[in-house]
Amino acid sequence: MRPELAELWVYLSASPLAALTVTLAAWLVGVRVNAAARGHALANPVLIAAMLLVGLLVVSGVEYQTYFEGAQFVHFLLGPATVALAVPLVRQWQRLRASGPALVAALVAGSAFAAGSAVAIGWALGADQAVLATLAPKATTTPVAMGIAEQIGGIPSLAAVVVILSGIAGASLGPAVLTLLRVRDWRARGFAVGLAAHGIGTARALSVNETAGAFAALAMGLNALATALLLPLVWALATG
Amino acid sequence: MITALTALLACQLAGEVVARSLGLPLPGPVLGMILLAAVLFVRGPGRDQDLAVVADHLLRHLGLLFVPAAVGVMLHLDLLARAAGPIALAVLAGTLAAIGFTGLVAARLLRSRGGPDAS
Repeated sequence: MRPELAELWVYLSASPLAALTVTLAAWLVGVRVNAAARGHALANPVLIAAMLLVGLLVVSGVEYQTYFEGAQFVHFLLGPATVALAVPLVRQWQRLRASGPALVAALVAGSAFAAGSAVAIGWALGADQAVLATLAPKATTTPVAMGIAEQIGGIPSLAAVVVILSGIAGASLGPAVLTLLRVRDWRARGFAVGLAAHGIGTARALSVNETAGAFAALAMGLNALATALLLPLVWALATG
Repeated sequence: MITALTALLACQLAGEVVARSLGLPLPGPVLGMILLAAVLFVRGPGRDQDLAVVADHLLRHLGLLFVPAAVGVMLHLDLLARAAGPIALAVLAGTLAAIGFTGLVAARLLRSRGGPDAS
C-alpha cells in the first residue's frame, strides 16, 4: 500500500465515520432488495445488510470491535426506538383494549409454547443442560434473554446469538408459516411474530401494517415480562 | 425534533433507573416504553404530533438498529459449535412452530372474543 493510502486507511479505521457510513449503506441496499422482492419476508433487510457487512469485514480484515466503535451509534438508538414503540401502541389502543382478554390468553399459551418447544427440541437432540437453559428464553429481547440465561445456568453470550438468529428466522419465515396456516388477522399475525421473534419480528410487522406492528410491540413487551417472571420459577421447579 | 428525542431519552433513562434501583427483570427501554405510553395516554390524542413524527421515522427503520448486533452474531457463529445441530433446529423449527401456534391461538381467541376485526 502507498504511504498516503496507508495513512488514509489508518484514519478511516480509527474514526467511527466509515463504519457508520457502511452500516447505513448496507441497510439501504437491504431495503432496496426487499422492495425489489415486493416486500417479501424472505428478503429480510436485516439479514441482507448483516451479510453484506460480514463479507466486508472479512475481506478487509477489520475486527468487529473496531467496526462496532462506529456502528455503536446505530446500536444505541435501539433504546430510544424501543421507547418510541409506545406511539403505535397508544394509537392502536382501542383495538388493543378490545382484544385484551384474548391477548392475555394467547400470551400465556404462546410464551409457554415458545420456551417449551425450544427446550424440547434441544433435549430430544441431546443438548446439555447449559444449552437448554440458553434456548429456553430465546423468544425474548436480547437483554432479557441474556439475563434469564445467566440466572438459570445458561450461557449469556450464546443466548445473544440464539436470540438474534431466532429473530431473523421468525421475521423472514414466520409470515409464510402464518399464511400457510391461514392466519389472516393482522392482529394475530403481529402478535405471533412479536412474541416469538421480538424486535426483529416487530420491525418486519411494522413495515407491513401498523396494526400488526402495534400488536407485535405489545407481544414483545408482554413476553419479555412473562418470561422474565415465570421462566426462572418453572425452571427451578422442573430441574430442582 | 429535539424535544421529541429528549422525551424518548428521558423515558429510557427513567426506565433504566427504575429497573436497576428496584432490581426488576425488565430492560430499561421496555419500562420506558410503558412509561411513555402512560404519559401519552394521560395527555390524550393529538397533543404530541412532533413526537409521533420522530417515533414513526425511527420505527420505519427499526430493522437498521439491529444490524450491528446481527453482524456481531454472524461473526460469532463458532459459539454454536457447542451444540450446532440442536441449537439450529431449536432456533428454526422452534421459532416457526411458536409463531404458527401463537398465531392460530390468537386468531381463534380474537375471533370469538375480540369482535369482528379481521382486517
